[in-house]
Amino acid sequence: MDLRLTEEQQQLVEAFASLYADAAPSDRVRSAEPGGHLPELWDRLVATGAVEMAVPEDAGGGGASLLDLALVAEQHGRAVAPAPLIEAQVAGRLLSRLPAGADALAGVIAGNRLVTVGVRPARDGVATLVPGGAVADAIVALDEDRLVLVPVPEGTRHVVNTGAMPLADIAIGADATELATGADALAAYAIALDEWRVLTAGALVGIAQRALEIGVAYVKERHAFGQPIGGFQAVAHRLADRATEVDGAQLLTREAAWAAAEDPQRAPELAAMAFGFAADTARDTTYYALHFHGGYGFMLEYDAQLYFRRARAWAGVLGEPRDAYRRVSDLRYAAVGA
Amino acid sequence: MDFRLGDKSEVLRKEAREFLREVLTPEMVEECYRTGVMHNVEFTKAMRDKGWLAPGWPVEYGGQGRDPIEILALSEEMARAGAPTYGIGTTMMIAWVINMVGTEEQKREILPKALAGDIVIALGFTEPENGSDAAAAATRAVQSDEGWTINGSKMFTTNAHIADYVFMLARTDPDAPKHRGLTTFLVPMKQEGVEVQPVFTLSGERTNITFYNDVFVSDQWRIGEVNAGWRVMSVAFEREHSAAFVGEQERLLDHVVAWARETPGEDGLPRIEEAGVRERIGRAATEIEVSQLLQRRTAWMSTVDLPTHMKGSMSKLFSSERLERQAADFVEMLGPDGVRGRGDPTAPANGEIEHALRHSKGTTIYAGTSEIQRNIIAQHELGLPRPK
Ligand SMILES: Cc1cc2nc3c(=O)[nH]c(=O)nc-3n(C[C@H](O)[C@H](O)[C@H](O)COP(=O)(O)OP(=O)(O)OC[C@H]3O[C@@H](n4cnc5c(N)ncnc54)[C@H](O)[C@@H]3O)c2cc1C
Repeated sequence: MDLRLTEEQQQLVEAFASLYADAAPSDRVRSAEPGGHLPELWDRLVATGAVEMAVPEDAGGGGASLLDLALVAEQHGRAVAPAPLIEAQVAGRLLSRLPAGADALAGVIAGNRLVTVGVRPARDGVATLVPGGAVADAIVALDEDRLVLVPVPEGTRHVVNTGAMPLADIAIGADATELATGADALAAYAIALDEWRVLTAGALVGIAQRALEIGVAYVKERHAFGQPIGGFQAVAHRLADRATEVDGAQLLTREAAWAAAEDPQRAPELAAMAFGFAADTARDTTYYALHFHGGYGFMLEYDAQLYFRRARAWAGVLGEPRDAYRRVSDLRYAAVGA
Repeated sequence: MDFRLGDKSEVLRKEAREFLREVLTPEMVEECYRTGVMHNVEFTKAMRDKGWLAPGWPVEYGGQGRDPIEILALSEEMARAGAPTYGIGTTMMIAWVINMVGTEEQKREILPKALAGDIVIALGFTEPENGSDAAAAATRAVQSDEGWTINGSKMFTTNAHIADYVFMLARTDPDAPKHRGLTTFLVPMKQEGVEVQPVFTLSGERTNITFYNDVFVSDQWRIGEVNAGWRVMSVAFEREHSAAFVGEQERLLDHVVAWARETPGEDGLPRIEEAGVRERIGRAATEIEVSQLLQRRTAWMSTVDLPTHMKGSMSKLFSSERLERQAADFVEMLGPDGVRGRGDPTAPANGEIEHALRHSKGTTIYAGTSEIQRNIIAQHELGLPRPK
């Protein structure tokens, strides 16, 4: 057992922490609302190789492990960064596994094509609430048992949403190209979804961790009844619970990311666990971080609300934590299920 | 990063499972339930024969020199099986204190017997008037030429009725600040003036209240310096990286899954097909994973010499709180049959789920209540001010 990051992983974390500090401070996160996309940030991410690194080496990418990407995702979440990085990384990896995806992948690696992925199967020919869909050039979607690459039409409407994400509902038109069908399509999509679960869990951990820091800093400063409010146990104990859950969510998410390469048999179960638990944790932590700001927490000017909204929306586009827990049960105990 | 415990742990885990299958008979488990005593002489001797009374002690002191991560595999399996290890735990904890701060005479007298599984040492910290605030102990020890005279009482002195000694925290200087007027003693129990009365609990666990009426203890049984009792206590707890309730959660989930697979619901399908049942099971499995990771992290940190204090509190807090919640949640899931109790032949899962509801309630109280753990985390991990 060893819970330390390697030196390279530490450097990776530091590099992305400073990139986000520089390119996505909270005033710029605000300025990117409601569309939820900061083109300068996106360009910086692409230029640093943040998308390309996710693609396996033999497909022309940087060959980062899912664990490396989860560490980046934590930083992404800490900054509540307005850029569809996780979806682009997952889409890049998905394309690299499909021979028919080669052309699109070349554009992704070259950095001149933004491709994201719909995280729920299309219904009635429409991929709904596609993360990054409002700013992407194309998306990968599962339509019945076909995996398709769908060019995003000019003028696609951005869906106004809780988390100021660049979400869109995208119809699968005649210009969609087929990437895979049948069992191959389903298997490739399942892997992509598990990767998205883990990386989104990483981002949710980052959201929760940063929200906790913001909340803790505030309750040390703010006084009421002659003492810092952090001295009241009603405040302190809830934050202690959240700190515990944040640590747990981070360990679990890192384990799930690690397992993708090191313990593939448990990886799907761990991905679902990580997603459910990180979503619960981010929801509760951002709730208390905001609540303990009192009225100020409710003000748009304070950052707590940025975290509060994204904690819900980033996870919400896939489903509620309960879905994830049912999935854990089904994967482990093989219930037929609903 | 590497999340595997490692080969040595897994070998030990396998060995522990085999050992438990062989040694921990259903009769032994039943006896624990019946008497409420989590100590069994036969089991303790079998543990001794394996060298598992002190697996983490250095070899030169009679241990096996195993690291905390290896030992985790052992303790996880013991807890999952419900093995009677409580008396072993308290005895070896205090034996280690004596090994660290005791006199040569104390070591000669106590250590061989402890390592042989021949004695039981109970913990006498809590008193009728204080528990969380253990340093407020009021039991008095007064020095005379020959030794010490002890007067007072201790509450929840678990295993005192079978113990050879109680490791006692007593007040030796009532005028000093509360942490600086305490001394620890190893009080021989089989003597005049010691009285043990049983205390029965919600889970059936038997504990005791113990009274000390002019009990004479020779200075030979003073552990550590006079008025240095609080420092000695920290030695006692420093090897307890965390009291985590991981095996207990696993055992509960094992029972629940077996029940949900074999019990038909109203539609005739096994209840594990129901969305609500699947959700609860998946949530519990997730919380077990997190509990295990928090506990393993603490063990790992101690192997690389990182301070484990706050992280141990997180592990204890999370695992006990979630165990408690799971037990409550699973009992409700059983429906009205959930009230059928252990011992009744009609109880679902042999009453194990109902029993977990009772047992889990204690886990957020002993070994430092949840509030005390939260205070530690708030102050030491988050840097929040002490409550006024
Ligand atoms: C089954 C069982 C076995 C036990 N075995 C032993 C044993 O072998 N030896 C032994 O010495 N003790 C033993 N104990 C005692 C146990 O350690 C104490 O019960 C525990 O430390 C709590 O102390 P208390 O009962 O005096 O509660 P109190 O300290 O009176 O606490 C009552 C309530 O107040 C809360 N509270 C206390 N202080 C604070 C604070 N600062 N901030 C916020 N809330 C606070 C507590 O969390 C709790 O909810 C055992 C207890 C049980 C139930």
